[in-house]
Amino acid sequence: MVATRYETAFKLYPYEAVERSGVVRHPVVIVGGGPVGLALALDLGQRGTPALVLDDHDGAGLGSKAICFAKRTLDIATRLGAGAPMVEKGVVWNVGKVFHGAGKLFEFNLLPETGHRNPAFINLQQPYFEKYLVDAIRKAQDQGAPIEIRGRNRVTSMTRHDGYVTLNVETPDGPYTLEADWLIACDGARSVTRDMMGLSFDGRVFEDNFLIADVKMKADFPTERWFWFEPPFEGAGQSALLHKQPDDIWRIDFQLGWDIDRERELDPARIRTRVDAMLSSQTGTIPKYELEWTSIYTFQCRRMETFRHGNVFFAGDSAHQVSPFGARGANSGVQDAENLAWKLDLVLKGRAGDELLDSYATEREYAADENILNSSRATDFMTPKSEVSQIFRNAVLDMAARAPFARPLVNSGRLSVPCTYDDFPLFGEDALIGPHASRPGASCPDAPVGDGFLLDHLTGGFTLLALGDTTPKAFSVEGVVVRTVHLAEVSKDLAARYLGDADRAIYLIRPDQHVVARWPEFDADAVKAALSRAIGKGAA
Amino acid sequence: MSLKQDPNIPDPDGFYQELLAAHDGLSKAESDALNARLILTLANHIGDCEVLRDALKAVK
Ligand SMILES: Cc1cc2nc3c(=O)[nH]c(=O)nc-3n(C[C@H](O)[C@H](O)[C@H](O)COP(=O)(O)OP(=O)(O)OC[C@H]3O[C@@H](n4cnc5c(N)ncnc54)[C@H](O)[C@@H]3O)c2cc1C
Repeated sequence: MVATRYETAFKLYPYEAVERSGVVRHPVVIVGGGPVGLALALDLGQRGTPALVLDDHDGAGLGSKAICFAKRTLDIATRLGAGAPMVEKGVVWNVGKVFHGAGKLFEFNLLPETGHRNPAFINLQQPYFEKYLVDAIRKAQDQGAPIEIRGRNRVTSMTRHDGYVTLNVETPDGPYTLEADWLIACDGARSVTRDMMGLSFDGRVFEDNFLIADVKMKADFPTERWFWFEPPFEGAGQSALLHKQPDDIWRIDFQLGWDIDRERELDPARIRTRVDAMLSSQTGTIPKYELEWTSIYTFQCRRMETFRHGNVFFAGDSAHQVSPFGARGANSGVQDAENLAWKLDLVLKGRAGDELLDSYATEREYAADENILNSSRATDFMTPKSEVSQIFRNAVLDMAARAPFARPLVNSGRLSVPCTYDDFPLFGEDALIGPHASRPGASCPDAPVGDGFLLDHLTGGFTLLALGDTTPKAFSVEGVVVRTVHLAEVSKDLAARYLGDADRAIYLIRPDQHVVARWPEFDADAVKAALSRAIGKGAA
Repeated sequence: MSLKQDPNIPDPDGFYQELLAAHDGLSKAESDALNARLILTLANHIGDCEVLRDALKAVK
């Protein structure tokens, strides 16, 4: 039997009986079909590397989880063929208001930079995010991508051998055994894989409870993000947040503190009193609404010491967990998936050595630290931990209404942006005096190209991007092929983001759209050396 | 630019008096809040992280 641990919003991969004659060895098994496992399977499958996903449910879990998906995630989803429906369904907001007590401190308009395919972020319920990934997986399967998802397949135990692992899997028809050359644990914060391997998951628990209410409201209410420090409504706690999701749903968070009576706080009448006060605070009237889903969460910031253990990898929440301020959980997990996919693909195809996979761990551990740092800082601002931190926090809030300089200090979460792998070993030289944002290690900023966008051209494997009047030549290193994209016509935005004062440039770009190295001119030896380095073979 | 440690205030006695006068009649909590606002305002004016870091080190 496979017990149901949570209700599902969509049934996406119903259970199907598994052929049980003999123990089958799979090249890559992914435990967990959340956002991270699905993105990884899709990325691998599109590269032609087989991926088997085992998930103990048959679809996306119901309830309040991620709602804010950042641009980098949408760019990755677009590369994987799942981005368009997300942006279509998602809610885009630009205006935010920050309140302190009953007064408004300030209002901001994000006015996102133009010339990108995707917005800075969207609000979209996590089940939709997962559904669109599965839709893209189905499409890829139809085109022959070797991906399989097995619903209601729960991994119950594992044994590690030299070069492979054996998994015992429970299904509605009873247990079976399979083997995997590579195992990727995308099984979430309570990772069973991590536990079975006896690995620790250390960090900080924030002594705070957040009441999350998703309410359905047809009323005409502005598509803005409202955030309160010390909200004036009875029993609302230390901070409160309101923002919009698709399907007329609004996410409301109340930061209740540590010593609470959970049972009592979840009483719908008590929740409604708070929600009434919040919704009417700006308009004076209480719109009609229904409570869709309510829950209480505590948050932690922690990570595994290392994300690679031989042929077992950890990605997403199994490897690291952050508090949700700044929306860095799913967003960073999807970046883990994309970092691992191309590396694993090259190693499985024999085009790169095992050491390339070590870089997955070092790069993504660094990213996790950056995310943990950012979300800890937000949490420390929202919940001052000492008298003096409270004094400074309130001083910032007091001044923010009249002194513009104080506004950037107000921290209710910093939006997730991809990390830049500055000075990491796989990245090469910066021989161009070019813009900072597209330096080696950075993920490529998008820019208009013809009727479309730059990132549309940076798909598949490594790309040599040649801008302006320059003559690159096609080449490959030990079977790793580099595709050349030559854009002689450079749009204004493209020039601003990639050329700076130069009139031409050569960029070597990884399959995950991070810049390896850049030069003012094409130099075959320099590019080959950078490519060798980028696939973990050191400078050739 | 590095942190100035040599005298730099033209009228030290006058400044000191004004600093104290700003706290006149304030409770301890109000004074703490004023100091915090003052530090943040001055820090923004300086705006140079190296100088700010040096200052934090110097007063520790
Ligand atoms: C209230 C809240 C708000 C959030 N808001 C945001 C946000 O706005 N933006 C953001 O980016 N992130 C947000 N997050 C974080 C986000 O939800 C997680 O980071 C994300 O779900 C992690 O994805 P994952 O694929 O690593 O793990 P999960 O989504 O946890 O998926 C793990 C999967 O593995 C399966 N599984 C577990 N054990 C087994 C087993 N033994 N065998 C087979 N399958 C198994 C599970 O059923 C599940 O399907 C929020 C989280 C919460 C709680």
